Amino acid sequence: MGLKGEDTPASPATPDTPGMDSPKANQIVYPRQANLSRPGDADVDMLGDAVTITRMEEVVAWGRKNSLWPIPFGTACCAIEFMGTVSSVFDISRFGAELVRFSPRQADLMIVAGTITYKMVPILKRIYDQMCEPKYVLSMGVCASSGGFYDNYCTLQGIDKVIPVDYYIAGCPPRPESVLQAIVELQNRMSRTGK
Amino acid sequence: MVTTSTGIDFSKLRQRIGDGLLEETVLLPMPCVRVKRAALAETLQFLRDDPEFRLHQLSELTVVDMLYLREDDRFDVVYLLRNIPNELRVAVKCAIPEEDAWVPTAVGLWAAADWGEREAFDQYGVRFEGHPNLKRILNHHEFVGHPLRKDYDIYRGHWCSEAETLLDELELRRRRFPERRNRTDEDPGETMILNIGPSHPASHGTLRNLVELDGERILYSIPEIGYLHRGFEKSAETHEYNQVVPYTDRLNYLSAISNNVGYIKAVEELCGIEVPPRCQAIRVILCELSRIMDHLVCNGANIVDLGALTNFWYLFNLREKIYNVIEGVTGARLTNSYTRVGGLWNDINDDFVEQTRAVLAEIPQHVDDTLKLVARNRIFLDRTVGVGKISLDDAISYGWVGPCLRGCGLDHDLRKSDPYYGYEQYDFEVPVGHQGDSYDRIMIRFEEIKQSARIVEQALDNLPDGPFRADHPMAYLPDKQSKTYANIEGLVNHFKIVMHGITPPQGEVYSWTEAPNGELGFYIVSDGGMKPYKCKVRPPCFYIYSAFPHIVEGEMIADAVAILGSLNIVAGELDR
Repeated sequence: MGLKGEDTPASPATPDTPGMDSPKANQIVYPRQANLSRPGDADVDMLGDAVTITRMEEVVAWGRKNSLWPIPFGTACCAIEFMGTVSSVFDISRFGAELVRFSPRQADLMIVAGTITYKMVPILKRIYDQMCEPKYVLSMGVCASSGGFYDNYCTLQGIDKVIPVDYYIAGCPPRPESVLQAIVELQNRMSRTGK
Repeated sequence: MVTTSTGIDFSKLRQRIGDGLLEETVLLPMPCVRVKRAALAETLQFLRDDPEFRLHQLSELTVVDMLYLREDDRFDVVYLLRNIPNELRVAVKCAIPEEDAWVPTAVGLWAAADWGEREAFDQYGVRFEGHPNLKRILNHHEFVGHPLRKDYDIYRGHWCSEAETLLDELELRRRRFPERRNRTDEDPGETMILNIGPSHPASHGTLRNLVELDGERILYSIPEIGYLHRGFEKSAETHEYNQVVPYTDRLNYLSAISNNVGYIKAVEELCGIEVPPRCQAIRVILCELSRIMDHLVCNGANIVDLGALTNFWYLFNLREKIYNVIEGVTGARLTNSYTRVGGLWNDINDDFVEQTRAVLAEIPQHVDDTLKLVARNRIFLDRTVGVGKISLDDAISYGWVGPCLRGCGLDHDLRKSDPYYGYEQYDFEVPVGHQGDSYDRIMIRFEEIKQSARIVEQALDNLPDGPFRADHPMAYLPDKQSKTYANIEGLVNHFKIVMHGITPPQGEVYSWTEAPNGELGFYIVSDGGMKPYKCKVRPPCFYIYSAFPHIVEGEMIADAVAILGSLNIVAGELDR
C-alpha cells in the first residue's frame, strides 16, 4: 500500500507523530483520529483517511482495551452485584467488556467478586495461572481486597497474597458504577501504557 | 435457664428409657429432653416412630461448647426434631465429656443427619460413631483443629495447598450403592470421572461436584461444599448482638432483609421484646419484597442454565426496580442491615409507599413476559417436567423446607401454619406442586412472586401508624433531653446501653421464619453477656443440597445443572 520502509519512520516516537504518545488520561484515542500521515507523503495523502499509520503495539492495545473478556470469579454477594453490572440497567457492554467467559483460556480480565477462603485459594491460583498473558485482575469488594469484616480462621485476607491485582474496588458490595469505573480506569491505563 | 412445664407428656419415653431421661426442660419455645448418651439412640428412634410424636424431620443438629458455662461434660449435642404437619417440635440434648466426645449416629433415622453430623464433627470435633463418611465438610482437609470450640483462636487460619481429589468419597459411595453402577464382571463397561466446579458457570461459583458418568448419565455424584465458609458463627460470637446483623445480610445475599429479620426475631424472643405493629408491618413488606427478589434471581438463573438468557434480563430488570425502593429505605442495594434489636434502623422514607406501589404494578408484566417465553416452551418442559424428582418422604427426611418441599406436594408454609408478625391477617395462597420435580419448584416460585406482591399490597393498605421500635430499654438510646439528663433511670439506662450493649438474659432460643428458601432458623445461646455465646443458623439450603446426589444419580449430566438451579442453592447460606 505504498508504505515503503524508507518512507515510514523507524521509530514512531518522533516529533512528527503528535497525539499518540501522550493521550490525555480520560481520552480514548482511536488510530483513525490520530493523523499520522506526514505532509508530502503522496501515497498516503492520496488514500485519504482510508489508511492510518500507527504503531503495532498501539493498535493491539486499542483493540485489547475495547474488547476485554472478563472471567467472573464470583463466589458471594459481589457476584450478584456483578450480575447487576452486566444486566441492562448498567450494561457493561457499553465498555466492550460484556463477553463473559467462564473458561480462563478465553478471558483476559479476571474479576474476583466475593470472599476467597483458604479452601478456595488453590482454585483461584490455578484459574489465574490458566489465563493467557496479558491478563488483568480486578478485586471487587472488600472481601477480595482485604478479607473485609471476615477477619477469621477461614478467610484469606486479600487476594493479593496469592495473585497480583490491578485495581481494587471498594464497597461491600461495590455498586455497579464502581465496577464500571474500575474497568474504565483499567482501559485508560491500557491506552496510556499499552499494557 | 427457663424451667417451665413443657405441656408435652414424655411419660411414654420415660417408661421406655427409664433413668436415661435426665431432665425435661425448655429450649425456647419448644420442649426439650436431656438424655444420657446410652439412651440417646433409643430416644431418637422413639421420637421418630412413636405415633404420638412422629418427628419425621431432623430440623437441625448442632453442638454447644459449654466450656465457660459448666464444669463437667464439655459438649452438648443438640437435636431439633420436628413434625411438619402438626407443627410439633422437640429438642433432645445429650451432654458428653471432652476426652470421650462421641455419640451414636442418627444417619439411619434421618438422612439430614449425614451432613449435620459432618458439620458438627468438623466444627467441634465430636465423633458420631457409625457415620458412613465422617469427614470435614466446611473446612478444608488440611485444616487443623475444630474452630468453633471456645478455646480455638478466631484468627488462626490454615493454608490449603491443594483441593481434595474426593476419590475416597466416590469409592465409599460406590460401595454403599453398588446397584447404581449396574455393571457386571462380564460387562465392566467404561465410565468417566468428571470434576465440575467450583469455578464453573453452572455451579454458582462455589459448589463442586465430582461425578462418575456412564455416557451422559450420572452414576455417582459427590458434592463438596465449604468454598464459601467464612466463619459466620465464630464471628457472631465475637460481636455484639446488633453488630451481628451485617453478617446475617451475607448469608442469603439474594434476600438480605429476610436474614436480618430472622436473626433479630430470635434475639427479640430471647430478650422478650415485642415489636410494635408498624415495625411488624414494615418487616413483612420488606421480607416479601426480598422473597420476590430472591425468586427472580433463582428462576432467572435457572432458566439461563437451561439455555435461555432473555428471561434473565426481564427478571433482573424488575429486581433493579425493587433495589431502588429498598435503597430508599435502607440506603443499600444488596446488603441492607436494616433491622435492630427491638425495631428497625429507621422509619420508612416518605415516598416509600408510593414507590412500592409503582413497582408492584410492574410485577405481573415482568413475570408474564417471562412465562410467555417458557411456560409452553417445548425445550423448557422437556428439561424440567419429571426431571429431578424426589418423593415427599425423602424430602422430609433430608430436611427439606420451603418451596422445594412444597414442590413435593406438602401444603406447608410457616406463614400460615405458625404465623408471626401478623401474617394471619393477610389473604394469600400457598402454591403447592404435586410431583417434586424441577418444573414444580420453578412454577411455585413464579406463583409465590405474585402471592408476595398481594401481601405487600395489603400491608401497604393497612400500614399502621405509631413507633417503629419497641418501647424497651434495649431497643434504642433514651432521648437525651427528656430522659438521660432528666432523671437517674434515664441516665443509668443510657450508660448501660452504651457501655454494655444489649444483654439478653441467660438462656437459649430457637426461632424460625419462612425465608425465601424455607425455614430459616437461628439457635442462639446467651450467657447473659453482650455477645451471643453461640449463634447457629439453620440454613435451609444446606439440608436441601445434601439431597443433591440422591436426586441426580441416574439423571443426565445436563439436567443436573438445571436441577441444581431449581434448588436455589445460595453459597453464603450453604457454607456460612
